[in-house]
Amino acid sequence: MTAPVPRLAPGVRLAFDGKRGQWLLQAPERVVVLDEIAHAVVSRIDGKLSLDAVIDALAADYDADRREIEGDVKDLVADLAARGVLR
Amino acid sequence: MMAPPLALLAELTHRCPLQCPYCSNPVALAGVAGELSTAEWCRVIGEAAELGMLQVHFSGGEPLVRTDLAELVAHARAAGLYTNLITSGVLLDAAKLAVLVAAGLDHVQVSIQDTDPDNADRISAYPGGLAKKRAAARLVHEAGLALTINAVVHRQNLDRLGEMIAFAEAVGAERLEVAHVQYYGWALKNRDYLMPTIGQLDAATATVEAARARLGGRLVIDYVIPDYYARRPKACMGGWGRRFVNVSPVGAVLPCHAAETVPGLVFATVRERHLAEIWAADPAFEAFRGTDWMPETCKACDRREIDWGGCRCQALALTGDAAAMDPACDRSPHHAGLIALAETASARPAEIAAYRNYRNI
Repeated sequence: MTAPVPRLAPGVRLAFDGKRGQWLLQAPERVVVLDEIAHAVVSRIDGKLSLDAVIDALAADYDADRREIEGDVKDLVADLAARGVLR
Repeated sequence: MMAPPLALLAELTHRCPLQCPYCSNPVALAGVAGELSTAEWCRVIGEAAELGMLQVHFSGGEPLVRTDLAELVAHARAAGLYTNLITSGVLLDAAKLAVLVAAGLDHVQVSIQDTDPDNADRISAYPGGLAKKRAAARLVHEAGLALTINAVVHRQNLDRLGEMIAFAEAVGAERLEVAHVQYYGWALKNRDYLMPTIGQLDAATATVEAARARLGGRLVIDYVIPDYYARRPKACMGGWGRRFVNVSPVGAVLPCHAAETVPGLVFATVRERHLAEIWAADPAFEAFRGTDWMPETCKACDRREIDWGGCRCQALALTGDAAAMDPACDRSPHHAGLIALAETASARPAEIAAYRNYRNI
């Protein structure tokens, strides 16, 4: 079994909303507003990096406990996948 | 200061090869002569982006009858907007799609009338439409664009909801919108033909729940209980003048696509004024914005900023007063009458009273 590689669903783009000063995912007929943490995760999802590599990168960048990061990231990714914006 | 709207509904034209008896266009359809020009639409799209809107929905009528659609899509992308095409699909072929993809189109929504081809033909008065829609939807998916199937449901097709879900899966859609008909304009004329029975509705809701459990995020299904059988109203358009701006083919700026049914409202046009100015202070946008206009029961209700009083066009259609409580709410004095009306309509003969076309306006 290969490690899961998350990617944005078709038609979903990461964008900065200058007017409101926030990051969001532009998606079919809706937008998903990303807070700072969600943006840190989603901006590392490029369709090539595995989920484990994304977690490693975040743990290193934030100098944080990997297990804690792993739980948060997996919850977020599962939530965004259920909403159809991540695969 | 009013927060900026999220999306522009650009109704490019009322022209359409289909004649669906529930069309959301106004009964007074606009002709081609008064339609905004390419330059005017480009200016409106620019104003929308400047105002802070994030998405533009190119709709109609059938937006593909406009030969400048790709130009408008490219203009919207250059302005930073997310671009949606809302189409019947019957005029979409590989060559047209390639041009739209090159222009930067993000997403296509293809509507279907039914999965039974004969019934689809009857509903749309357009022979052979279903096969064309299936082909168009597959082209969109193969081009790598996001695809939504929009199934408008009512008594004449609701029993095939399971097949419609299978259709959406088969063409590779990421999203399925199961849209119950809303009864104003054309659909109000054809309510006896369209109104589902309560039995059909319960079965459909169970079908959706089972499909959601099976499909998860692979095919997201948007579905809400139709107003006539609901207990609480919907936040129509996310609240009047809160999230959306609808520009009609002739440039009228509307809080929703049916707003022109409300008597006494005068709508500004993009030919006269900037969208930002209209959004900020236009009397038609102010008329039902927020909670000040609400009847006392609504003003005192803890859901007043959840549903924003429901749908004004529906309140008007059912009570004669656009400022009345939406009868979909069980606190409305008209609520019991609404369910009775739905049950009566759903037992009437299945005859189309008026196809949506220029002869019947």
